[in-house]
Amino acid sequence: MVAETKKLEFGAKAHVALNDPKLRANFRRAMDGLMTKRAAQFADVAEWTSLRARGAAVRANALAKLPELLEQLEANCRKNGIQVHWAETTAEANAIVLGILEAAGAKTVIKGKSMVTEEMHLNAHLEKHGITPVESDLGEYIIQLAGEAPSHIVMPCIHKNKAEIAELFHDKIAGQAYTENVDELTAAARAALRGAFAGADAGISGVNFAVAETGTLVLIENEGNGRLSTTLPPLHIAVTGIEKVLEKLDDVPPLLSLLPRSATGQPITTYVNMISSPRKEGEKDGPKAVHLVLLDNGRSRVHGDTELRDTLRCIRCAACMNHCPVYTRVGGHTYSFTYPGPIGKLLTPQLEGLDCAGDQPHASTLCRACADVCPVKIPIPDLLVRLRTESVRPTSPGAVKGAGSATSATETLGWKGWTLLYASPLVYRIGTRMLGWFGNLMPSSAPMLKQWTSVRTKPKFAPKSLHELAREKGFCDE
Amino acid sequence: MNSPRERILARLKAAPKAAAPLRPDWTPPAYDAATRKARFKSMLEASHADVHEVSATDWPERLKTILANKGVGTMIYAPGTDAGKLLAGSWGDSPTRLVAYDRPVEDFKDVLVSRADAGFTTTKGGIAQTGSLVLWPTPDEPRLMSLLPPIHVALVEEASLTDSLAETIRAQGWAGQMPTNAVLVSGPSKTADIEQTLAYGVHGPKELIVLLIGSVSP
Ligand code: SF4
Repeated sequence: MVAETKKLEFGAKAHVALNDPKLRANFRRAMDGLMTKRAAQFADVAEWTSLRARGAAVRANALAKLPELLEQLEANCRKNGIQVHWAETTAEANAIVLGILEAAGAKTVIKGKSMVTEEMHLNAHLEKHGITPVESDLGEYIIQLAGEAPSHIVMPCIHKNKAEIAELFHDKIAGQAYTENVDELTAAARAALRGAFAGADAGISGVNFAVAETGTLVLIENEGNGRLSTTLPPLHIAVTGIEKVLEKLDDVPPLLSLLPRSATGQPITTYVNMISSPRKEGEKDGPKAVHLVLLDNGRSRVHGDTELRDTLRCIRCAACMNHCPVYTRVGGHTYSFTYPGPIGKLLTPQLEGLDCAGDQPHASTLCRACADVCPVKIPIPDLLVRLRTESVRPTSPGAVKGAGSATSATETLGWKGWTLLYASPLVYRIGTRMLGWFGNLMPSSAPMLKQWTSVRTKPKFAPKSLHELAREKGFCDE
Repeated sequence: MNSPRERILARLKAAPKAAAPLRPDWTPPAYDAATRKARFKSMLEASHADVHEVSATDWPERLKTILANKGVGTMIYAPGTDAGKLLAGSWGDSPTRLVAYDRPVEDFKDVLVSRADAGFTTTKGGIAQTGSLVLWPTPDEPRLMSLLPPIHVALVEEASLTDSLAETIRAQGWAGQMPTNAVLVSGPSKTADIEQTLAYGVHGPKELIVLLIGSVSP
């Protein structure tokens, strides 16, 4: 049942989004700006080419050695005093985080931006158990106030304009006058969140890169909320997908040179935070305990297929969505899942299953804009085609969750008929003749035609086939 | 095979092997000394920082003036560092009061969160390519001084500038000695979450003042 609703969602939601002029304008403005800024960063094609080759190789290298690197990361983190936990599912990860918080008696949590905790729906889980999570990234704070989910992986509230945010702050922050002045809105958030930082019992963050060689967690951000969340409270819990590991510290600079430039067109983010241990003897601040939660949630299955494995190279820069002609017109909420845009339609069906999100690989024109800008060279369109194939003709069993779920009896029959038609000259000749005579009587609601004609005019069959016309003109068949 | 850890690792290990690719050559940019310094300054300024060229001896005086002009009432500093000692020793009379961050954050939170106007730190280096400061907090110089007050003042020696992060990591041998927390700072705290309009000081400092000590003292 759930699968069925999800399946219908993209198309239906896309229609609604396409007819929403405000949403269209908000995304158009934002994406045009991001594309221009990114282009300016990579004006030097030779530099882009070599840096990108390096970045892609660094990620591919890490994935080739993934189990060993995770073990090394774990050992080095432990040596540094960071406690490491493993979770196969989001439910397990939620339980681990909750367990750590409860053991510490924590009631309030301040969060840095993290997509993986969105994937886990961690906030809802904590709230259910009496713990209050406060999002501290301005964009995340805004959507938390609005009770919404992020619509972009780097700029979570990109779907909202100034006026909507002004209205929201006026409504939700006590004593806040209506203002569309961005500095004043930002100051209001700063004032509202200061107390939350100071009073939080724990901080939760994501991880951009985890370095196996040194047991270091690298977090990048512009606001400083990530640094505050991981420094001020007495307890820090970092949550990451198992794919975010890198072999060496030397692998960080090329990726760091690719990520912010691809994401927002900045040469580097304001803060690059490298955490290697909890507060040491004699140090005056920093959390007294640091935990790292490693989440699988289907990633090891993706890793099991050497072609689809490339999906896991992703460094979550969002360049693919900023450049996607589909995403830029319908926005992130249309995708219904945590990761939208090209990487979303590639990752989501693999994590959630094709039976659940099988429509997503189809939400692409395969124009290759995403592949052109991806800083780690993920062949997104090729992998989307692979997933489309998997949904009707599964390759090896278990390679993709829910593979084969789109196979329909009518379609199989249709293709069988097609094969028959094309394999025998006689049947072909009779077939085309029949179509010429009766084809136009077929109603557009006929099976298989129905979907096609929902967005296209029904094709009209000519009374005579090309073969017949050619023969009349005196061409020979053979 | 009962723990999630074992099951995850078993699945990963059972996966077909792909050869780990060689990491192809990639050369981070290199500059000559003059360009290095100019680039460091201009990149920092482009990210809204205020850079002042100072000398190894005159910087406390210069800082005093800068802060007084801004009407800074209180600046926290680390009394245990060499720079901190020099600062305290030569501060004398000034409208800006120095407050030592000399106890655990638990006893200092109030000053940090709501009372200090500025925080002063040293740096382990500067990176020309991106205009970044390398902060390397120690027991003497805690992490939060560069983050909570509205103004962050950082002292950088020109001699410590490198061209790129890749060079810094290698030249300073980071892999063997990562501290609790190393941080690169490239400007004051900022956000563009509201209609891509830049706003400064959303959580961290609104201003970043960089004192750049020249290699040749005048
Ligand atoms: S798939 Fe590539 S472009 Fe898209 S978010 Fe990931 S790294 Fe960036």
